[in-house]
Amino acid sequence: MGLSVFIIYKAILVLIVFSISLFMAMYSTYAERKVAGFMQDRLGPNRAGPFGILQPLADGVKMFMKEEIIPNVSNKYLFILGPSIAMFTSCITGAVIPWGTSLHIAGYTFPLQITDINIGILYLMAVTSIGVYGIMIGGWASNNKYSLLGALRASSQMISYEIAMGLAIIALVMHTGTLSLRNIAAQQSGWHWNVIYQPLGFLIFLICAFAETNRTPFDLPESDSELIGGYHTEYSSMKLGFYLFAEYINMFISSAVISTLYFGGYNMPFVHRLGLSPNLEAILGVIFLFAKLCFFIFFFMWVRWTIPRFRFDQLMGLGWKVLIPLSLFNIGLTGTIMWWFHKI
Amino acid sequence: MQALTTRAKVAVNKKMTFMERLYLPAIIGGMRITLHHFFKKKVTVCYPEEMRPFSPVYRGYHVLKRDENGAERCTACGLCALACPAEAITMTAAERKPGEENLYREEKYASVYEINMLRCIFCGLCEEACPKEAIFLTDRIVHTDYKRSLFVYGKDKLVEPADKDKRIDVSKRQTKSVLEFKSQPGFAHNTLYTKALKA
Repeated sequence: MGLSVFIIYKAILVLIVFSISLFMAMYSTYAERKVAGFMQDRLGPNRAGPFGILQPLADGVKMFMKEEIIPNVSNKYLFILGPSIAMFTSCITGAVIPWGTSLHIAGYTFPLQITDINIGILYLMAVTSIGVYGIMIGGWASNNKYSLLGALRASSQMISYEIAMGLAIIALVMHTGTLSLRNIAAQQSGWHWNVIYQPLGFLIFLICAFAETNRTPFDLPESDSELIGGYHTEYSSMKLGFYLFAEYINMFISSAVISTLYFGGYNMPFVHRLGLSPNLEAILGVIFLFAKLCFFIFFFMWVRWTIPRFRFDQLMGLGWKVLIPLSLFNIGLTGTIMWWFHKI
Repeated sequence: MQALTTRAKVAVNKKMTFMERLYLPAIIGGMRITLHHFFKKKVTVCYPEEMRPFSPVYRGYHVLKRDENGAERCTACGLCALACPAEAITMTAAERKPGEENLYREEKYASVYEINMLRCIFCGLCEEACPKEAIFLTDRIVHTDYKRSLFVYGKDKLVEPADKDKRIDVSKRQTKSVLEFKSQPGFAHNTLYTKALKA
């Protein structure tokens, strides 16, 4: 593949992934309100356009039209840096996720993944860790005690749950033997989904994903009722929009990661029997990944509108005293079973 | 002593069992309930398109009736303003000029008739006080607006259209007991609903 073709292909792919992330985040806000409404026997937004599908656009316009307030006592540069980091980190996580196999056009092979780095999982962990800085810096720079409390809660929560998440992934990596997300997805062809081999690891990962994305029952950094929005109390206009948007992109990416790591990614059982052309099969794979992903986005919302949030000591207790020992046990269990079946 | 409620529960501070401490079964149970509600019929009424049925004796904003010839029935006696507990009604009386018989039924009429809809409590005492069957409460709703002054409804909004097809129907407010009351000899001069009673 020539350099120019390579650059054009990558640029187009980056553009598509970026715009799909934004689109999904946009419509997650709509879906969230619809799901919330339906679960509370209401209809949700239904005025802007048919079934209210133009609601996200109206919200976006509203966000842009709002007055932009930067508090006098805040640290101005950090105040702007906070939402920028949050948005930036959540956008770049989509780079390593394998959205599909490969397209074959005019003798070239185009893998449907922006970059297949061989330490894809570590990249994901690293980038999500930087995401905490966005919240911390924003909360600190606001110079408001509620914001600071929210930021403190966010950082302690995310650091605690990242450990359990990392340990759950270690067990998965022991099983798959690779850190590349593409290889992990490729290994799960047919029904060999990792969730079957790592049910406990999946459960831990799922719970940690809720904590990492600040979703209920772990939405203490935001906790609308106690902290008046937490770290983004002082934010207005599109800077607030960036924080909220980053959260929804994070949710989208988390759903993609869960589907890729544990639910076979773009793999579709029995698709080979249909005897389709490879290109069509790849596109079907992308659609199938999005179906799984949308289910998980729905699952995130489903949980949010079912259970209330934890108390802070319960949250830390769950993280340190339950999930971390449990994930260590999971690593031991995985090792023992692999030794039993002579895999190592 | 008799118990105050039948729903009282004795609080037990027992240790939670292992299954309870797992939380997950309880969470799954909760998610089953929310999923059930997800598919349930929604209670929302999409207001302007869909209206909840009103009670037959609903008291919305007023109408000033005309008689069968299209003349205003109100004679500006002021009894409604007197009866009004919220003091929402004001009026200015004027004398009917020759040639205006088709406009005003009596020799005296209200040149200005205003009801402040922010003061009005929609009790219906004005309707009860009216000796001429001129004012009635209807099933129409006072709409929202941006200015307080716009809630003072004048004759332009209160008087019903002269066109026979566009008259405001208030027959629903004429319950049996109201009609019986109006059949007393003192109300014989009114023809609007007493005629309907005789028929």
